[in-house]
Amino acid sequence: MSISRRKLLKSSLAFSCSIAASPLITPMVLASVPTNNRLVVIILRGGMDALDVLQPYGDKNLSLYRKNIKFGEAAGAHDLNGFFALNRHLGDLMPLWKNGQLAFANAVATPYRDKRSHFDGQDFLENGGFAKNGSLTSASDGWLNRMISLMPNSNIETAFSVGRQRLLLLEGQAKTSSWSPDSSLDLSDEAKRLLEKLFKKDQLFASAAKMAFDLSGKIDGTADGNMNAIRASKAEALANFAAQRLNEETRIAAFSIGGFDTHRNQSNNLPRALNELSSAILTLKKSLGANWDKTTILAMSEFGRTVAENGTNGTDHGTGGAMLMAGGAIKGAKIYGKWAGLDESDLYQRRDLMPTGDIRSYAASAIRDIFSIEKSAIESTIFPSLDMGNVAKIII
Amino acid sequence: MLIYLRAKLGKIMAISKPILNIRFGYGLSPNEPAFDNVADILADLKKADPLDNKLARPSLKERINLYERLRKARREEKQNKSNATRNLKVIRKKMQQWVAEDIKAFMVRAAISKNGFRERLVAFWADNFTVSGRNLEIMLANGAYTNEAIRANIGGKFSDLLKASATHTAMLLFLDQHVSIGPNSVAGKNRKKGLNENLAREILELHTMGVGASYTQVDVREFAKLLTGLSVGKEGFHFNPRISEPGKKTILGKTYGGAKPNLRHIFQFLDDLAMHPETANHIAKKLATHFISENPSKHLVATIKQAYLQSCGDLMTIYEAMLTHEDSAKPMGGKVKWPSEYVISAIRALGLGNELANVTAKDLRNIHSSMILMGQDLFRPAGPDGWSEKASYWINPPSLAARINWAGGLAFEYGQELDPRILISQVLDDNVSKELLYAVGDTESKWEGLALLLISPEFNRR
Repeated sequence: MSISRRKLLKSSLAFSCSIAASPLITPMVLASVPTNNRLVVIILRGGMDALDVLQPYGDKNLSLYRKNIKFGEAAGAHDLNGFFALNRHLGDLMPLWKNGQLAFANAVATPYRDKRSHFDGQDFLENGGFAKNGSLTSASDGWLNRMISLMPNSNIETAFSVGRQRLLLLEGQAKTSSWSPDSSLDLSDEAKRLLEKLFKKDQLFASAAKMAFDLSGKIDGTADGNMNAIRASKAEALANFAAQRLNEETRIAAFSIGGFDTHRNQSNNLPRALNELSSAILTLKKSLGANWDKTTILAMSEFGRTVAENGTNGTDHGTGGAMLMAGGAIKGAKIYGKWAGLDESDLYQRRDLMPTGDIRSYAASAIRDIFSIEKSAIESTIFPSLDMGNVAKIII
Repeated sequence: MLIYLRAKLGKIMAISKPILNIRFGYGLSPNEPAFDNVADILADLKKADPLDNKLARPSLKERINLYERLRKARREEKQNKSNATRNLKVIRKKMQQWVAEDIKAFMVRAAISKNGFRERLVAFWADNFTVSGRNLEIMLANGAYTNEAIRANIGGKFSDLLKASATHTAMLLFLDQHVSIGPNSVAGKNRKKGLNENLAREILELHTMGVGASYTQVDVREFAKLLTGLSVGKEGFHFNPRISEPGKKTILGKTYGGAKPNLRHIFQFLDDLAMHPETANHIAKKLATHFISENPSKHLVATIKQAYLQSCGDLMTIYEAMLTHEDSAKPMGGKVKWPSEYVISAIRALGLGNELANVTAKDLRNIHSSMILMGQDLFRPAGPDGWSEKASYWINPPSLAARINWAGGLAFEYGQELDPRILISQVLDDNVSKELLYAVGDTESKWEGLALLLISPEFNRR
């Protein structure tokens, strides 16, 4: 059999690397801007139960709602300020708390109310819109993308995305790149030229191919080290990859972690997702090295969960939740936001934690100070109809 | 019914054989027969499928037995019984093998069936009523679910599909319904257990009315109460009155249930829900979006919806309304094939459908892993909302790289002797670009031309 010396495609049916895809992880997105400050946004999919992550064990009402889902001392949680305790599966983050590099915004939510749909809720969180019914802003783009388009000198490298799927968070007018730590494309120049011709009239294929050609040459995607990392921990691999990009041109990274939809046996199921989150943050810290001091991580979820545990030792879809913030750039060891209380009359629809703050306002506060973006642009373009009011300053 | 509808719709839009088999099937093959008109495809859909026997899979009962053996072995391991660990390993391996064979059977059927529309419908409805295998137990049940709840009902009424999926072991396990207990039921009072809203919410949001519809949180809650009683035991699904919440439940303005628990009350609501106009609208839109366009025309959706409501949700009538609508015959390209569709259509294009039935477990794992890199872990979507219908979701740099890698490898391994210039006319329609026609005939070797054909947007789209 004669095989062309100028092989069009060097790969074969059997490929070098396969990962068992985990429902816990969906791939990630990165971006770059001309500043030394860095922002990482982690979308926590499924609706994170704030009351189990940031346990208000000092609120005497909590025990009325939660008999099987343990909290506080009984659950080995780490005290933060005498009222709130951190879930023990985030215990590895305690040194960050002590160093002022971990904080929370509590009792927060997007403006989305009542339907409690994951998929609308997530799109809405990433879109940054304001309609209570969850309909997206007219462009249906992501707030992080709108932010990038407001930054001077942004270019295709500014928005660097990684993953097999894209996050709505970085979709929109501003061009974003994307790649995944488990991807490779090893083609001869001749093959690339032929494929470019083939894709020329199809914008979707042409732009995806161009980026794949550019990035596969630049990034050592399937080096054995990376594959081993993926097997060890998926969040770790994503975070490590993000850090590598952030140490180069990239200034903004986003990815998501799933597994927060804990309808059942929450105490067994939530730890897996929290371990991934913890591992992502600590990997970022380690791999960012000195750049950690200029880094802000925002981890946010589409909604919180019911205050009362349900009939199956889990919790159902709720409203108010919590946002986690970490990094060397934040004013940490603080729990921002007004605690709404757990009296039945204090709850939203006598069911969910009452949101006392708009989750967008904390993201707004962060990007105002990280990237020096005008408040007026934030309140009109990035987060339409947001009133930042006197939201706390969370960046040093 | 078909003839009645045809008379009513007037002339049937002539749909070409390539469009019929690419847009509505798993593509054309040089050596596999395919239908060339809508009437034959629909008539075939009503007949028994010979592949049901040829590619039969273990029943739910057999799967439950295997799972029970696993549980027993786990117990024995805890008791430190001799051989328990080895036993456990053997059983677990067998479960994994069954799951792999389920995926293989799904793919082989799609690759060799004369009626690709049937196979696409199975994938479509399995996606509308998603069960995602987040663990081995659900994966195992999912194989039975796809055939017993979905495939068996694709030619009946929508309400049949809805009732079969909502009461199937796999769905009950996946959305936690089997542990949801009426707080005022006998068991609820004794064990201080209660409700889980998961299945109730997703039935309304994803399976029937759609998220924008007029149901409220109160409807979700009341529906969750009504659904209690759906339980899973050693025979699979059964109705357990001891966990069923007593009393009336008002959902979407109508009252269901009564003092005495009865499965009938649940079915009454599901029948009503199936015929809710918002369900008709949501399903019509979903069919049009999946098969024809990300942004289907209002007329197409309205036509399917009307057929739905007039026929009381008769799926054959609904399919005919879609297939005979003028939009179905229009040029293709608005949609990107899901990775599973892409891989199967490429295998068919190379005439390898029957080879697929004989591939080794290792090769199958490779194909499966390739689909994961393309973004689709078959039967394991990230959430209960299933797979995306957006082209931009499937074609991005890393996932396109995975398609290029896989197609190149396939062409190299199996396409050395095939002439891409002939194949292109056998597997695509006449709307192929001049550039592609030229390109496939201008490579140094045949397999390279074949690779270009498989990688082309024309082949990736439908």
